[in-house]
Amino acid sequence: MLRLAPVLTLALFLAPVAAGLLGTLLPAFHYLPALGGATVDLQPWRDLADWPGLPRSLLITVVTGFGATILSLLVALFILARLPRGALLRRLHSALPPLLATPHAAMAIGFAFLVAPSGWLARLLSPWATGWERPPDLLVVQDPWGFAIIAGLVLKEVPYLLLVGLAALGHMKVDRTLALGASLGYSPRTAWFRTVLPTLYTQLRLPVYAVLAFSHSVVDVALILGPSNPPTLGPQILRWFSEPDLRFQFVAAAAAMLQLALVVIGIALWRAGEIVVAALGRSLVRRGSRPRAIVDVAPPLAILLVITAGLALLAIALWSLAGSWRFPAALPQVFTVDTWRSQGMGLVTPVLLTAALAVLATLAALLLALACLENERRHGLHPGRGALWLIYVPLLVPQTAFLVGMQIVLIRLRLDGTWLALVWTHLVFVLPYLFLTLAESWRRLDPRYARTAACLGAGPARILFAVVLPMMVRPILAAVAVGFAVSAGLYLPTLFAGAGRFATLTTEAVTLSGSADRRVVGAFALLQAALPLAVYAVALLLPAVLFRNRRGLRGMG
Amino acid sequence: MLRNILALAAIFFTTAAYAQAWPEIEARARGQTVYWNGWAGDERTNAFIAWAGEQVEKRHGVKVEQVKLRDTAEAVTRVVAEKSAGRLEGGSVDLIWINGPNFLAMKEQGLLYGPVNPRLPNYRLVDVEGKPSNATDFTVPVDGLAVPWRLAQVVFVYDSARITAPPRTVPALLAWAEANPGRLAHPAVSNFLGATFLKQALYELTPDPAVLQRPATDANFAAVTAPLWAWYDRLRPALWRQGRQFPATGAAVRQLMNDGEVDLTLSFSPSEASTSIANGSLPASVRTYVMERGTIGNTSFVAIPFNAAHKEAAMVLANFLLSPTAQAFAQDPRNTGALSVLDVAQLDAAGQKLFADLPRGAATLTNAELGRVLPEPHPSWMTRITTEWEKRYSR
Repeated sequence: MLRLAPVLTLALFLAPVAAGLLGTLLPAFHYLPALGGATVDLQPWRDLADWPGLPRSLLITVVTGFGATILSLLVALFILARLPRGALLRRLHSALPPLLATPHAAMAIGFAFLVAPSGWLARLLSPWATGWERPPDLLVVQDPWGFAIIAGLVLKEVPYLLLVGLAALGHMKVDRTLALGASLGYSPRTAWFRTVLPTLYTQLRLPVYAVLAFSHSVVDVALILGPSNPPTLGPQILRWFSEPDLRFQFVAAAAAMLQLALVVIGIALWRAGEIVVAALGRSLVRRGSRPRAIVDVAPPLAILLVITAGLALLAIALWSLAGSWRFPAALPQVFTVDTWRSQGMGLVTPVLLTAALAVLATLAALLLALACLENERRHGLHPGRGALWLIYVPLLVPQTAFLVGMQIVLIRLRLDGTWLALVWTHLVFVLPYLFLTLAESWRRLDPRYARTAACLGAGPARILFAVVLPMMVRPILAAVAVGFAVSAGLYLPTLFAGAGRFATLTTEAVTLSGSADRRVVGAFALLQAALPLAVYAVALLLPAVLFRNRRGLRGMG
Repeated sequence: MLRNILALAAIFFTTAAYAQAWPEIEARARGQTVYWNGWAGDERTNAFIAWAGEQVEKRHGVKVEQVKLRDTAEAVTRVVAEKSAGRLEGGSVDLIWINGPNFLAMKEQGLLYGPVNPRLPNYRLVDVEGKPSNATDFTVPVDGLAVPWRLAQVVFVYDSARITAPPRTVPALLAWAEANPGRLAHPAVSNFLGATFLKQALYELTPDPAVLQRPATDANFAAVTAPLWAWYDRLRPALWRQGRQFPATGAAVRQLMNDGEVDLTLSFSPSEASTSIANGSLPASVRTYVMERGTIGNTSFVAIPFNAAHKEAAMVLANFLLSPTAQAFAQDPRNTGALSVLDVAQLDAAGQKLFADLPRGAATLTNAELGRVLPEPHPSWMTRITTEWEKRYSR
């Protein structure tokens, strides 16, 4: 039974991606008999080429995609380089979970509330410092180049890369390497970039590709922070897909395929860039220069990141409690709970739905991941790079590319808008993150515990339930928290698989963000951020309560 | 004229045929849930839909689930996708809030169930003579396939603390914008209200507005819209953010006005300004006005897709929306403030009193002040204008 777990798991979470890609590919070449396209031709591509906004949209898609990835990686690396030495490490560790748990959409909404010309920053500084009695006519958010998208993404992707980087560094003997570097006269940062980074990067490569793919195809952040005239490719695909005119279904499919090509080319270019950087780096190392670090940028970067994110979330909370808040008042003139009261049930239902969906998807993913890992442990398997790539597939393929086709497949199967479809779709995204988080600790578990138990006569089941699982409670809870946060933050997958019937906090917040009263948007975004945060808090605190008399399992780190 | 008579005759005939069926429809509707799909960017409308849901549940045992959309077209796409996947019954959309190009698309593709209107007892209260948009949506005959439930008319919204004499003609609007750069905003043209801004300007700028009632053709489009583009080329740099970025919707512009970023915009709801002042989302100094030569008005409809799973319940809900109780509740500025589609003068005394008792906010014009209602141009104009605008300004 257990031996089938990896196959079953891969089938469950790769089948929708494969079916979805096919379901997008065929209409992209005008093949979708039910919709009146029975011949294969290039009409959808011609229509796509006719869109006047295409060149500009592609340009900003690539700019935001690469911009967000490069910036996130650099910031993350500078912070990681600083870690071995700093008290920063411990503080950062406690700041990471909230940053990771906050969904992209909530962060984007908060960021917009913060930096818009009429945003909180401008209000805090006006009119005494800026002289603005009225908001300036500046294109700060939704700017034509997508800089706001880049900023919004960096706020979320840096914590993610930090998390992956911290885990990878845990396996490396960084201290000894740096000590060796120091004995040769290299400053710690120079030594870090020349000796630690090359090894670390092999572990960061796939996550970086995932960030690259995500930044190219993001929809919710682009809807909130991006330009609309024209938008990046992601929102434009959604726009076409929602057109009443049938012809646009094909254009949407073609554009989704173009998006896929863009990501594939992007990753190829990035790989080429890696080779170039590595070659340059090697020649630098060979020359053996020993530059002195002048400014340490890590602390200001880390502080800027945490403060921006914190203020963004605070701005959301303030708006949800504002009665009226006119420019340039630094705080609302009137505080009230009217927004919360008037939204009432309108808020409760999405909370319950979001939570139920996240719990189901996370539990399903957890069972599958546990089965796979237990299978590995029992049979002493060591999955290679290939398996890792497979797990990353849903994170590397742009969402738009397979969700468009997947909806058509779901309707065929009469599964659209059902809980099954929704949980399954969420599983596709939850499983990789949950599995990677859990596998990390699971594979590190000392096999001698199990062997000792076996020597004492325990069967495989007893070993699992009496020895392994209790020791794994903390990592399991952490993985559950990650899975919950991923599910709670999904926008496009919820929209497509849910047939629009499932209003989660994320879909509601994004729907409202473009149009509705900022106070209401604030309430939805705040709840959207608070729900996964609460789960994280429980995941962190529960082991301490459960194991109050087991010091080794309490896990304060 | 002849067509109207024929349509009326058809309605009378079918009314007789269906008259028996209503109690049966009500009986079958009991226990069903209506999935009402609609654009959900306006919380007051969402609250009204929730209220209507409570009412029909109490009165008829029909539950209402609002499916909130960013764009009405999402629901149309879903019905299209269901048809293409061969789902001819048990569809996921029971009722769509619809009009304009979306209605035309569904009607043309045979995606609507009906005629429904003659089967609804309350439909006889609807004013089709005095409010022609109730029977003709964007020049497209409704043919009983969509139930009117509220009226909208363009009004311009301005902050009287900053503007004393707002521009009342389209050329004056340009002059004002040039004198006050960055203080005028209209929603993105992909948004209905944004496109309406252009149509409103086109009405006044084009030499012969009558052509707008017929479909746009390749032959006449360029000539008819040339004055519009000349006007807009000058206007755009004077818009908010130099016309490089546009607020997504009318509600987003309202937020800008509340933030003091803009002083003048437009709205499709004559009472929206008053209700917004009351709930603190617009400054108290905001007022509304209409253009000298009138403003565009249209009707919002609800329609039932051909494959809806709960047609009976959808009809019960639609019929309730036409009741004087629901119409007066909606027109109350404390609720949505949407104009009623009913012929209020023809209602019984109790019904008339419901409307007479409604309060009216300081920023709301009277029916007389709202003046002339311009009919919507044929949908092809909007589609082409939107495309042409993208071609010119979106790159």
